[in-house]
Amino acid sequence: MQELLKAEKLNKYFHGPDTVQVLYDISLSICESEFVAIMGKSGCGKSTLLYLLSTLDTEYEGTIDINGTRVTGLNENAMARFRNEYIGFVFQFHYLLPEFTAIENVMLPALKLGNFDHEAVEKNALEKLRRMDMHQHAYKLSGKLSGGQQQRVAIARALINDPTIIMADEPTGNLDSVNTDVVFNIFSQLVQEGNTIITVTHDHDFARKGNRIIEMADGRIKT
Amino acid sequence: MKLPVNLKIMKVHLLSRKRQTIVAMLGVTFGIGMFILMMSFMKGMNDFFEDIMLSVTPDIRIYNDYKTDYSTSVALQYFGGKGNNLVIVRHPRPKQINLNLKNAPGIIRDLQNHSEVEVVSPLLSAQLLFNYGPVQLGAIVDGINVRDEDRLFGLSEKMVSGKPENLLMADNGILLGYKLANKLNVGTGDLVTAVAPSGASLRFRVVGLYKFGIATMDEYKAYVNLTDMQQLLGKSRDYITDIRLKMKNMERAPVHAPTMAKKYGYKADDWETVNASIKAGNLIRDTFTYVLSFTLLLIAGFGIYNIMNMVIIGKMKDIAILKAEGFARKDIVQIFLSQSLIIGFIGSMAGLLLGFLLSYGLSKVPWPEDEWVVIKHFPVNFNTLYYVVGMIFGLLTTGLAGLLPALKASRVDPVAILRG
Repeated sequence: MQELLKAEKLNKYFHGPDTVQVLYDISLSICESEFVAIMGKSGCGKSTLLYLLSTLDTEYEGTIDINGTRVTGLNENAMARFRNEYIGFVFQFHYLLPEFTAIENVMLPALKLGNFDHEAVEKNALEKLRRMDMHQHAYKLSGKLSGGQQQRVAIARALINDPTIIMADEPTGNLDSVNTDVVFNIFSQLVQEGNTIITVTHDHDFARKGNRIIEMADGRIKT
Repeated sequence: MKLPVNLKIMKVHLLSRKRQTIVAMLGVTFGIGMFILMMSFMKGMNDFFEDIMLSVTPDIRIYNDYKTDYSTSVALQYFGGKGNNLVIVRHPRPKQINLNLKNAPGIIRDLQNHSEVEVVSPLLSAQLLFNYGPVQLGAIVDGINVRDEDRLFGLSEKMVSGKPENLLMADNGILLGYKLANKLNVGTGDLVTAVAPSGASLRFRVVGLYKFGIATMDEYKAYVNLTDMQQLLGKSRDYITDIRLKMKNMERAPVHAPTMAKKYGYKADDWETVNASIKAGNLIRDTFTYVLSFTLLLIAGFGIYNIMNMVIIGKMKDIAILKAEGFARKDIVQIFLSQSLIIGFIGSMAGLLLGFLLSYGLSKVPWPEDEWVVIKHFPVNFNTLYYVVGMIFGLLTTGLAGLLPALKASRVDPVAILRG
């Protein structure tokens, strides 16, 4: 299988009043169509690692290559463009833009990418929402939706540009059991369709659906 | 037409908090509106004062300045001063001075051939007394060629009754200021007697009354024919004291005045030098207006700065999510800066309209009744320049006020927000 993401010797420091090292020499590689779950106790650095891999956090030592591109050291604009095109995000809290409708939230990353015109993007967005079973709420303001519905819209948004990697930070962390199941099923489906997913989670049931679990402790990967 | 995505976000943001947007716009509208009103009114005042000033000031005045040469004195001969005798004369007085311009006809001919001079008007002026029963009223009486004077100051537009040309038709005609005529209790067709300092007197027939709107002109001034004046003063036909000029371009007067002074050997004053205080007054009013308007706009700018800052603090999460979705820093700046610029643009446009309406309204307000001032309404100048300047001012201040919060927004660290 083709290697999609490769990280080498990642070191990360937090510079508060004191400098604290939170990641120690982390190297990992993730292949196409893999579902990788990163687990570990709170504060072990798993979220920090995810944000490094997602290119949002750029202050680290080491190198990251995604899809054959060295993202470490890319300039700000190129990095934003790369993120827009290749990475889809799902967060613990849905983080939709409340003044926009559900479908507008889904459409924004695609409109930013600008590969298709407005109508095509809208059609695509509606299709993505339909897969999440949210198409009947497409034109409601996102602030008016329930938590589980919002998270499904957020997943649709993450998929809109057909990203190479989907990164999720505790996607079920803030949902009740019913909605957790819904999101579980959506992720299982995404994996079956051959999407590459990296997720941080506390949930063992969720993690077991993956091909691989990376366990972390004190800023290191447990082997 | 579909807006680019950044502007679409901008639009949704603006419309989702209409009240704040409108308040911010009103700040700009008020600032620009007051700027337009004040500039228009101040400029109208300046124009009015300048008009009045120019209505009695020639572009250039050439005259024989009163200078006395004290280097010789009859005292020296009288006391037979020679050798070591020292004769000191305190407070000497001149024996005889002629204030006229020698070779006046030659100078006038020369000036008439000058390419930049439009009107040449000679003048012989004297302080005369008018008999009104036992009372004698003093006035400056100008002996003039009425056609030249009319072209110089537009006398015919200032007439209350009669025509300036009547001077030429009547024998010993005189034009009086309407106030002076009132005091002398005469009207057109009546006779007045003027007495020269020498004691000579002449009876004039009033052929017209004029009103300049300036007290010195209307109460203490009269016009007669140049020849009548020369006759009354017992002077020859070429005796004149002043030559007044109207230039084709009055702005060139300060350039020509010194060369004329040098050429003819007399003093030549241009209108700017004579009215330096009015010019200074204009400058002060302009400065004052600009400072005040700028302050108003600055306050509007602070309002926008404040509102945008609040908006951005409330939208930290949104900014973080936009960044995670792949919006770059320049996109974030664009989204938030364009909000300020739209507020500035619409606010400014409304301000220009408000300013126009206010100044139009002001131009219709009657000026408080005053017998000295000859305007009916508040003077207002509708110059497009102020509207252009107002627009630029408005966009500049709102742009600057919006830039700082927008830059702040672009520096938001998405990781810190998204991790909670």
